[in-house]
Amino acid sequence: MNSIDKPTPSTTTPTIVVREAAAPRPRWQVLLIRPETVTLVLLVVATIVASRLSPFFADLGFILESSTYYIEFAIVALVLTLVIISGEIDLSPAAQMALSACLFGTAFKAGLPMPVAIGVSLLAGLVMGAFNGFLVTVLRLPSIIVTIGTLILFRGLAQVLAGDKSIGGFPSWFVGIDYRMVGIVPVPVVVFVAASVLLGLFLGITIYGRQIYQIGTSEIAAIHAGIRVRRIKMGLFIASGLVSSIAGLMVASRLGSVRYDLASGAELTMVLIVMLGGTYIFGGRGSILGTFLAAWLLVIIATGMTVANIAINAQLTVMGLLLIVSIIMTNAIYARSQR
Amino acid sequence: MTELKPLVSARGISKSFGGVEVLRNVDLDLMPGEVHALLGENGAGKSTFAKILAGVHRPTRGTIELGGKAVEIGSPIGAQRLGITLIHQEPISFPDLSVAENLVIGQVGGKPLGRVRWAELAKEARRLMGLLNVPIDVTVPMRGLSIADQQMVEIARALASDSRLIIMDEPTAALTPKEVETLFTIVRRLREEGRTIIFISHRLEEVRAICDRVTIFRDGDKIETAETASLTDADIIRRMIGRPVADYLHRGVGHVGAVALSVRGLTLPGRFENISFDVRKGEIVGLGGLVGAGRTDVARAIFGVAPAASGTIEIDGKPAEIREPTDAIARGVAFVSEDRAIAGIFRSLSVETNITAAVPERIAPKGIIRRAVEKALAKESVEKLRIRLATVRQPIGELSGGNQQKAILARWLLAEPDILILDEPTRGIDIGVKAEFYDRIGELAAAGRAILLISSELPELLALSDRILVMSEGKLTADIPRAEASQETIMHAAVPRSGRHTVSGAAA
Repeated sequence: MNSIDKPTPSTTTPTIVVREAAAPRPRWQVLLIRPETVTLVLLVVATIVASRLSPFFADLGFILESSTYYIEFAIVALVLTLVIISGEIDLSPAAQMALSACLFGTAFKAGLPMPVAIGVSLLAGLVMGAFNGFLVTVLRLPSIIVTIGTLILFRGLAQVLAGDKSIGGFPSWFVGIDYRMVGIVPVPVVVFVAASVLLGLFLGITIYGRQIYQIGTSEIAAIHAGIRVRRIKMGLFIASGLVSSIAGLMVASRLGSVRYDLASGAELTMVLIVMLGGTYIFGGRGSILGTFLAAWLLVIIATGMTVANIAINAQLTVMGLLLIVSIIMTNAIYARSQR
Repeated sequence: MTELKPLVSARGISKSFGGVEVLRNVDLDLMPGEVHALLGENGAGKSTFAKILAGVHRPTRGTIELGGKAVEIGSPIGAQRLGITLIHQEPISFPDLSVAENLVIGQVGGKPLGRVRWAELAKEARRLMGLLNVPIDVTVPMRGLSIADQQMVEIARALASDSRLIIMDEPTAALTPKEVETLFTIVRRLREEGRTIIFISHRLEEVRAICDRVTIFRDGDKIETAETASLTDADIIRRMIGRPVADYLHRGVGHVGAVALSVRGLTLPGRFENISFDVRKGEIVGLGGLVGAGRTDVARAIFGVAPAASGTIEIDGKPAEIREPTDAIARGVAFVSEDRAIAGIFRSLSVETNITAAVPERIAPKGIIRRAVEKALAKESVEKLRIRLATVRQPIGELSGGNQQKAILARWLLAEPDILILDEPTRGIDIGVKAEFYDRIGELAAAGRAILLISSELPELLALSDRILVMSEGKLTADIPRAEASQETIMHAAVPRSGRHTVSGAAA
C-alpha cells in the first residue's frame, strides 16, 4: 500500500496535500496558554501598584517578613496543587493543622519529650491523610464531601482535645521559627522555596508527576492504561496530611502556642492560592510554579493593602475579585486555545 | 429528477477551523424525496458539511438556499425551525427523562412556566412512536433504551417537528443488522413522504441498499455527486481515498502455538455467565454478537477493569488473579477499549505522553522521565504505524479519530503484550486506515501474539479471525471454526433464541 501522505495525482481532482492534524501552535501561544501566565502578569501588576501605594513597600526584607503569616498555608497549597491536578480536592488541611498541632501541644503538656511530641504530630498527619485517602479510594466517595466531613471532624476533635484554652510554654529553641533567618530570608520562606523546587521537580520530571496529570485528565483512561490510580491518590492524601502537620508545627512555633482554632478558615486561603495559580479545579492542568507565584501574589496584595491602610474587610473583597478575574482570564485563554 | 426544484442548494460552502480549511467551495443540491449519502474518509469534510446544514457550524463562505430562498442557519434551533434535523451518531438525549419528555425537547412553543400536561404528552409521544411502528414504552427513562431505540426516538423527534431534511450521521454504527433493517424501513417511508434524508455512513453495502445518490468528499473537496447505481464499490473507494484498494482477504491461518489465554466459567451476574474459551499464540479469535451481548464486559473482566465474580483466568497455563488492569498488564495482556474518547486517550495531553502511558518503566527506568527516550519511542511508533500529525508534542485531541486509535494501538504495542484484546478497533475509522489496521493485526498474530478481536462488523470478523466465538445475552453460544464461519452462522448464534427483539441496558 502506498502512503496516503503523498499528493496523489488524479485526473478528476486537483492535487491536494492531506492535512489531518492542525499545525503546531506557535511558541508564544504555547507560553500564553500556560496556566501560570495570568498569575505572573497579576503578580507584576500587584507589585507595581503596591510600590506606588506606599514607599515602605518596596523593601524585600519587609515583604519577606510579612509573608510568614501566609507561607504556612502556601506550603500546604503546594501539595494541594497535586491533589487538585489529580482531579480530587482536600478541604481538610487547615483542620488537620489544628488537630495535629493540638496533639503536639497535649503530648508536650503530658510531659513527653519534644521529639516525641513532634513525632506524634507528624504521625497524626499521616493517619488523618490516610483516613481521607481510605474514604476516597477504597470506599470511592467523592473527595469534596469526604473532606468537608473530615474538616469538621478534625476541628471538632481538636476542640475536644484542647478545649478553649491555648497550650504553650514550649522550649525556646522551638518557638519563633519566623524570626530565624537565613541571610534576610526567614526559615519558613526557605522551607516554602525548597518545597516548591522539590515538588515542582516531582510533578515535572518524575513518572508519578506525569501520572498525576494523566489521572486528572481522564481517570478512566488512566485505569485502562494500567496506572495505579488508587495508590497514587492515596499517596497524595497522605502527603497532604503530612504537610498539614508540618505546617501546624510551624504555626505552633511562630505563635508559641496552639489552640483548637489554629488556621481557622485557612482551607479557603489554600484553595484560593491554588486556583490563583491557574490550576484547573477539575484536574489535569496546573503547576507548582503557578501556586508558587500565586502565594507571592497573595502576600504582596495583603501586605500592600496593609501598608496602604486598607481595612481587612476591603482586603477580602479584593482577594475574592482577584480570584474571579484570574479564573475568567485563565479559562478564556484556555478556551480560545482549544477552538 | 431534473425537473424537480432542489430542496437545498448549497453554493461555494467553505469552512475553516483555526486556519485549517476543512471544506472548500462545495456545491451541492439535495432533491425532495431522496436519500443522499455523504461519503468520505474521516476528516474529508462530510460531517462538517452536514453540521453546517444543521446549524452547528457556520460556513466561512458560501450560501445555502432552502426551497429556493436564501437562508441563514445560525443555530441548531434555527435549523429546527427551518425543518432541518440532525440525528447524532450517539443520540444526545437526557437519560433520566422519559422517552416522551425527550421527544418534545427542543420544540418551540409553550409557555416557559406553563403546566406540563403529562397525559397529552404521553399520547402525542405514543402517536409519534406509532408512526415509526416501533414498540417503545414512552414512559420509561431514556437511559434504559438500547442505542437503536434511542435513535428511533431521535427520528420520532424529527417527525414531531415535521422536518423536511433529516441528517443521519452514521446512524448504523452502533446498530445490529436487524435494527438497521428497521431503520431502513423507516427511512424508505420518510422518502416516500417526500422528505430528504442525508445519510452518512462508512458502510458501502448500506449506502447501496438505501441511497439514491452519493456525494463523495475527499480532503475538504467535493469529488463527485452521482447516482448510487452508476458507481461500483471500487469506484467509490477510489474516489474516497484517491487510490485503488485491494480487498482485504483472509490472511490464512498462521502458525498456532500453545494456549496463551484460557478462561473457564467466568461469570459476572447480570453481564455474562459461564464463559469458557482458549486463545492460542498466533491465533486471532473473533468474538461476535449483538451490541449488549456482554462481549465488552468479558474483555473488561479479563483485563481487570471490572473483574468477574467467579471463574478462572489462566495465562500461559498458570492461574492469574487479575484484580485491576495493572495485574493484567504485568502478565502481558493489553486491551484496546471500544470507547476511545473516554477509556483511551488523554485528550489534552501530548501524543507522546499518550503513546508512552502504559510503559512508565521504559521511559522512566529510575522514576525520572527521560525525555529523549520518550520522544524516540513516540517517534518510532508514529513512523511504524504511520500516524499523521504535526508533532508528537501536540495534544492528541487535535488528531483525527483514526490517528488517535493508531496512537492507542501504539501505546499497547510498546508494552509488547503476549495477549491483545481489541474491542471494535476500527469503529469510526475510514477505509484506508482500516486496511492498515487489518494488516497490522495480521502481523501481530504472525509474530506469535494471541489476539481476541471483538467486532460488530461481520466482514471484519470473517476476514481476520481464525475462529469465531459468538455471544448472545451474556452466554457463549457458538465456537465456529474458520472454515464454517459465515455471516449466517454468526448471526444464527448471535440472535437471542426467545424473547424480545432487543436486549436493552447492557450496551457498554
